[in-house]
Amino acid sequence: MNERSNSGKVVADEAVLFKQRLGIVLCVIYAFAYTGFVVISVYDVTLMDTVMPFGLNLAAFYGLGLIVFALFLAMIYSIACTTKEISVARNSKKTEDGGLK
Amino acid sequence: MTAIIIFVGFVVFLFWLSYFIGKKTKTESGFFVAGGQIHWFINGIALTGGYLSAASFLGICGMIAFKGFDGFLYSIGFLSGWVVALFVVAEPMRRLGKYTFADALESRFKSRTIHLAAGISTLVISMCYLVPQMVGAGVLIEPLLGIPYHWGVILVGLVVIVIVASARMSSTTYVQFIKAGMLITFSSLLVGAVLMRGVDTMPENVNVRGEFADRPLLRTMPFDIEKMMDENFYEAGFDIVESFGEWVLVQEHSADNKSWWKLETGSGNDISFLRETQNITRTSKGDFFVNGAPADRDNILYAMGRISQFGERTGHSGTKGPVGPLRFLSILADPGTLFEIPVISTVNHQDSEVTLFYHKTVPGNVMMRPGGHFNITGRSRWGRLNFISLMLALFFGTAALPHVLIRYYTVKDATAARRSTVVAIGSIGLFYILTLFLGLGAVANGVLNPLSDNMSAPLLARSFGEVLFAIVTALAFATVLGTVSGLIVAASGAVSNDLMDKFFRRKMVGTTKVIAAKTTAITVGILSVILGILFRGVNVGFLVGLAFAVAASANFPAIIMVLFWKHTTSKGIIASILVGTFTSMGIILMGPEMFEIYGYSKADAWIPLGQPAIIAMPLSFITLIVVSLITKKVEKTGEPLSPLANV
Repeated sequence: MNERSNSGKVVADEAVLFKQRLGIVLCVIYAFAYTGFVVISVYDVTLMDTVMPFGLNLAAFYGLGLIVFALFLAMIYSIACTTKEISVARNSKKTEDGGLK
Repeated sequence: MTAIIIFVGFVVFLFWLSYFIGKKTKTESGFFVAGGQIHWFINGIALTGGYLSAASFLGICGMIAFKGFDGFLYSIGFLSGWVVALFVVAEPMRRLGKYTFADALESRFKSRTIHLAAGISTLVISMCYLVPQMVGAGVLIEPLLGIPYHWGVILVGLVVIVIVASARMSSTTYVQFIKAGMLITFSSLLVGAVLMRGVDTMPENVNVRGEFADRPLLRTMPFDIEKMMDENFYEAGFDIVESFGEWVLVQEHSADNKSWWKLETGSGNDISFLRETQNITRTSKGDFFVNGAPADRDNILYAMGRISQFGERTGHSGTKGPVGPLRFLSILADPGTLFEIPVISTVNHQDSEVTLFYHKTVPGNVMMRPGGHFNITGRSRWGRLNFISLMLALFFGTAALPHVLIRYYTVKDATAARRSTVVAIGSIGLFYILTLFLGLGAVANGVLNPLSDNMSAPLLARSFGEVLFAIVTALAFATVLGTVSGLIVAASGAVSNDLMDKFFRRKMVGTTKVIAAKTTAITVGILSVILGILFRGVNVGFLVGLAFAVAASANFPAIIMVLFWKHTTSKGIIASILVGTFTSMGIILMGPEMFEIYGYSKADAWIPLGQPAIIAMPLSFITLIVVSLITKKVEKTGEPLSPLANV
């Protein structure tokens, strides 16, 4: 949405926008997973006894999974944001170089 | 003695560290945010150190030991909250103000009253968070130094006040960095030791200080319904002295010793077996007796908890020996595995009050699933609401805690803040996984103090020897120091920046502001010591959960709406913060758990809900929206803080 602009600030804003959108999407994904745990616990807690891989019950599998999933999403977020920042900085530099010519 | 030497060494080291690093920065920004020059990795681990409070180490482990998976809900929730903090709040907040949540709000609104509201909420949340730290400190120091509980709380209060008032944020950052690193390392070692030892049905007999005690485990006996009750007891070696209700006072044939037993009913209403208890008796004259003998330093309760039977599904032999972490959890979740969990009842006998401690049998699948504590399976409507409310508070509360937000400013830019948070999620997540093993390890090794679940992890360490106990206790103490110092810095910032400077317009230069902050640190420290003494015996994880509920209700709506809703007004923010703060505190103070602490029955509570977030947080959001819409025509709303608010 900011491509039409060639100012460095707008390019930087593009990175901010990307990071915030990505953050909200990842947060919503995680919130669904978290809500799933709460819903099962409230409406059919005996389902948590289900035996899962490694002999874990669903409660432990899901609970530990939520912790690992949070770290996984955080790493994705961090890598994606860093990549975007590098890309934006590169574009910004090109824009400035173009302006100098 | 080893424990005391290591403990004292640790405290001296922390003082030295605070003094050494604190000397390097002299300015106002140095006190509050360490000049923004902390490396992101160190800041991430320091975030971990500030976040892993006494609640995490003492409270959660204790709650897991006594309440099973319901305790682990706190671990899941405390960690999940970081997702909101990182993905939604961290970076936009970092791009804003200087030190506090209120400064961030001010970057959009120039309102004095916002500082008043934010200052109040920060102080209330800090106090809610400080009290359990003090409770944890008292519980920890009591057996370590052999001094009364209240002196333990006072000692911690003094140490922290001196550290914070004499040093700076920079020092607390490094203290927390070191503390978190050591806490995770030694917790991992302890979990490794638990898994190497394995689980059996005969843990060592120890007392509630973790010292070896030459006494058999609390016994259970089958009850033959074909025979009279006195015959059942006589054949087991006892004469009945008295019986009423489900309690029987008996005397052993071979000794003068009297003991209380509990009649347990089976699936029908028939008595199926007899359960031995231990007791503390307080006479009308105020004398105390433990298990029939006068209470003194050597005559104390025996530790409780154990696994009495292993299920067939997982095929565990029931003998000690190394077991893998996943198999450990699998064995304990087997429906055939039976946990023995301490329970307390009180009866009045003659002129005395008798507190009875006995085991309740809980199947592995029930212990290892959520909801038991909230009576979800009993279809309790309020239990379900409490459960949902707690999970909401834990998820949304983290991002709104004042001492977490302030650390977004201790690194040089938003990228570093993001990286710090990722490091924190990794290390906090690892620690919370360890809490599950520590809590379950404590009950499996029979080291539970029925009077206080908070000591479960240190007593588990003691079962592996004095050195490990000493180190773990010292680390737990450092955990309290680190968290309390971070909270006091946040509270100091709220008073000197928000209330004194911005609201009352007491113009203070850097040095004067630091003096105001230090005065606040001392005042808040003293207040938290007093409250810490009053809240003795309450699980610290539960108390911290309440701080999260207040943060989720008071600050979270304001943070989110100021970032993402362009119609937000300053009056909307103020109303939201105040409604969230007072509603959540009101529900907590009038709820069942607090009534129990006041000395009444839970049933007497004015409000049947103990966890406030499910009501207070939506109410705070609604208040913000309604007041903002009403006042937007007369108030300039300013630029929304997130570009997404305009998309």
